[in-house]
Amino acid sequence: MPVTTIVKPGLYKDSVALMRISEAAAALAGVRRAALVMGTAANKAILEEAGQLTADAQAAGPDDLVVVLEGESEQALADASGRVEAMLAGEEAPRGGAAPEERPARALATALRRLADANLVLVSTPGAYAGAEALKALRRGLHVFLFSNNVPVEQEVHLKALARRKGLLVMGPDCGTAIIGGVPLGFANVVRRGGVGLVAAAGTGLQEVSCLIDRQGEGISHGIGTGSNDVSAPVGGATMQQGFEALRADPATRVIVLVSKPPAPAVAAKMLGLVGTCEKPVVVLFLGGDPEPVRRAGAVPAVTLEDAAAAGVALARGEAPGPGEAAPLPDAERVRAEAARLGRGQRYIRGLFSGGTLCTEAQVVWRERGIDAYSNVPLDAARRLGDPDESREHTAVDMGTDEFTVGRPHPMIDFRYRVERLRREARDPATAVVLLDVVLGYGAHPDPAGALVPAVREARALAEREGRHLSVVASVCGTEGDPQRLSAQEARLREAGVLLLPSNAAAARAAVAIATRGAGPGEAGR
Amino acid sequence: MSAGLLEREPSVINIGVEAFTDAVRAAGAPVYHVDWRPPGEGEPRTAWTLALLAGDPDDPDAAGSRVDAANRDAVGRLLEAQPVLVGVGRAAEVWPDLGRTILHAGPPIAWERMCGPMRGAVTGAVLYEGWASSVEEAQRLAASGGIRFDACHHFSAVGPMAGVISPSMPLFVVRNTTSGNTAYSNLNEGLGKVLRFGAYGPEVIDRLRWIERRLAPALQRALATIEGGLRLAPIMAQALQMGDDVHNRNVAATSLLFRTLATALLRSGLDTGHVEEVLAFVDGNNHFFLNLSMAACKASLDAAHGVAGSSLVTAMTRNGVEFGIRVSGLGDRWFTAPAPTPQGLYFSGYSEADANPDLGDSAITETAGFGGFAMGAAPAMVQFVGGTPDDALAYTREMYEITLARNAKFSLPPLDFSGTPTGIDLRAVVDTGIRPVINTGIAHREAGVGQIGAGIVRAPMSCFEEAMLALADAVGADRLAEEQKR
Repeated sequence: MPVTTIVKPGLYKDSVALMRISEAAAALAGVRRAALVMGTAANKAILEEAGQLTADAQAAGPDDLVVVLEGESEQALADASGRVEAMLAGEEAPRGGAAPEERPARALATALRRLADANLVLVSTPGAYAGAEALKALRRGLHVFLFSNNVPVEQEVHLKALARRKGLLVMGPDCGTAIIGGVPLGFANVVRRGGVGLVAAAGTGLQEVSCLIDRQGEGISHGIGTGSNDVSAPVGGATMQQGFEALRADPATRVIVLVSKPPAPAVAAKMLGLVGTCEKPVVVLFLGGDPEPVRRAGAVPAVTLEDAAAAGVALARGEAPGPGEAAPLPDAERVRAEAARLGRGQRYIRGLFSGGTLCTEAQVVWRERGIDAYSNVPLDAARRLGDPDESREHTAVDMGTDEFTVGRPHPMIDFRYRVERLRREARDPATAVVLLDVVLGYGAHPDPAGALVPAVREARALAEREGRHLSVVASVCGTEGDPQRLSAQEARLREAGVLLLPSNAAAARAAVAIATRGAGPGEAGR
Repeated sequence: MSAGLLEREPSVINIGVEAFTDAVRAAGAPVYHVDWRPPGEGEPRTAWTLALLAGDPDDPDAAGSRVDAANRDAVGRLLEAQPVLVGVGRAAEVWPDLGRTILHAGPPIAWERMCGPMRGAVTGAVLYEGWASSVEEAQRLAASGGIRFDACHHFSAVGPMAGVISPSMPLFVVRNTTSGNTAYSNLNEGLGKVLRFGAYGPEVIDRLRWIERRLAPALQRALATIEGGLRLAPIMAQALQMGDDVHNRNVAATSLLFRTLATALLRSGLDTGHVEEVLAFVDGNNHFFLNLSMAACKASLDAAHGVAGSSLVTAMTRNGVEFGIRVSGLGDRWFTAPAPTPQGLYFSGYSEADANPDLGDSAITETAGFGGFAMGAAPAMVQFVGGTPDDALAYTREMYEITLARNAKFSLPPLDFSGTPTGIDLRAVVDTGIRPVINTGIAHREAGVGQIGAGIVRAPMSCFEEAMLALADAVGADRLAEEQKR
């Protein structure tokens, strides 16, 4: 095998640099082995061991650089020698990318070196780790917005006890949204600032109430989320209580609105006790619960999110809140027209929701009108759907629950599964009305109308082919300030023939009016 | 009591879904997104236990706050250390009860499980001590239980690669004059066929004898002329300015030592032939200073060991089979994981297939903030993994994320003369997932072949995770959490 030796007298190169060049040289075409060393006795011993100590190499001194190349042919060696000379001269020095000036922090502790004045940590890691991140944040004196779900309840209890001691707030776990000082957190809408402060154990509940307040020209001081589990007995409404106290002390807040599913009895009693001593007007919505204890506690009870928003707006303006009963439908003509086009067998409403609270609110509205719907999140356990994928009579499905979202994105982000369900409802000859919620804001789909309009057209065409008219009713939870812009989204849905109502409650009422042909309470779907 | 959430504009740290920063940024509030990943090796229980060890500025009794306080004490001792070479001793005299013991690198290991280079080094040491007259006899003796094996670290000693120390061997004696503790290391034999890589041929034994009979006494006489001993930290600090990491690159430190030694030897009255012999040996070995650097680091870290509750890592070391760490607040316990294989460049004719898993006590230098931690000062080292000077800086910057302090004594010119990242907090290692980076030589897996390359290796995560759980137990983090719940 041809071997060539180059000795560069008096040329010193660092041994590491030489090893790099050796490696590059050995990779050249036609080169079998390459050794670049300073001619020290130790290095010559290494060359000897490897059978590479040529006579020229042997003669080199410790200050001489020795190159020994073994190759396929003399030509290959000649080519390689040229390349090695160039590398030694630095003309071919291999270079890599530049290191960033500041590396991104990999943990909260080091992130605090970058954002030293931080006061809030937003955690949305998988639930198994989220409690730990929240605990570290609390120890560092930071408030926590805990978006993650599936945080063990004993961790939630531990976190909230610590937060209470330290005067910190833990919003969550399973807290979808909050608005703090005008800053939207998680899935949140861009609402104007104002005098109404919200505490909500219901994510889309907070979104709907804040958007409706915005629509009516008032604004939000802060919207504090508590997480869905906060009002349960083991957690004891810890965050709801702290959030309420914070709003009570907050000078920007003139009215407080509490929104929750009916809390555990002890929690409800505690909260109503607090409400009773509050100097600011308070609106309480325990969605689906009994309004009477609220009234007795001296607060304004609300039945729907729409009511709660309206009462909040009235009180913020220093007016008396209106009657609990909702105003007549704004679009009565259109409702009658829709109803007139339905066939005899089309009797049922199918509500397909992305917001859990909106699904519950619709059922509350329907129940008031004599409709006890089936649901995967029913008001009455007897009305639980056996299979959440199969509608039964009047149905309201929350498509954001775990049974739908394991391994799939949330329906506010990805419309595919809801669209598929819409298609199935359209094929069912008993379907009269499909009721939809459309949620805008940060975190939600960038263009829900874009995703829904073709699906609605297709669903109606499907029904049309079978000689039926499919009525599609919806409301959009959003604001003009949202990235998707409320008016733009509404215009496109309306253009596709969707009957749009300004609130989820109003949409639920319209759906009843259409499905029952205006028959009114007590006779719907019977 | 912390400031209420509603009393000021939020300033947000985001952990998890990066898209959540959009809304915050659009609202004009400051937001920082963390490049998060599950702590440690992704076990949720680990994550929660680690969080129980987080310090709390408002609550000095919190488990994590007690760890923080212990760490301030421990890292203070590390930073204040003043290692001084005070003499050259003989192992059997330093430890009179040593008997037929051979010390080795890394966590404790029995003959049966030792890697090739370590078995070779033991064989050589047995021959050198005259406990056997042939290789076969030596290995039979080692296998028969006729020799006691123990870890250098158990004797406040360190040795590179196999790290073998036997009773007749001379030792550097390094005293930490701040705390009064002493650490030891053997003397570096140079490159090529050497005991630390498992060679045991006659030339190896002859060199060991020469070190014992000629080098050690000469160094001892030279040192006697230096009032108060030879301070090692200034040499290491200068060497960092000259491109050394004082782990895998010791050219500058050895040269600086040579200057001092030359004068001291001449002053000592030793005959010129002997002086020349000694200086030629030091001159011919760029790594001569390594063992002094290691002993200096060991003397400094031992002072920081034994602080109850401290999560400071006081030793990282490898025996060629296992990688082990010790922690200040966890006494004599070892936490081990399989030794990883370094990534790097190989001498002509060798490849990763020939490499022994990571070996040697020399990672004591990284534990003290040198080696891979100081790579920003020694950009030549990063070329072993095909990196650039910028990458070398990135390694050092990364190590700041897992260390408790910057050692002002040892500044890094390319990083605005910032101090070396010093004092590994095992909580930070688990929390960030950043594993300590170590510059290292690569030994052939067979005894006696020697060094076949050099490169970079990362400490395995699992030993840090295990140690973190043990610390949580030791400081009662879980117990405390239970009490708080009630």
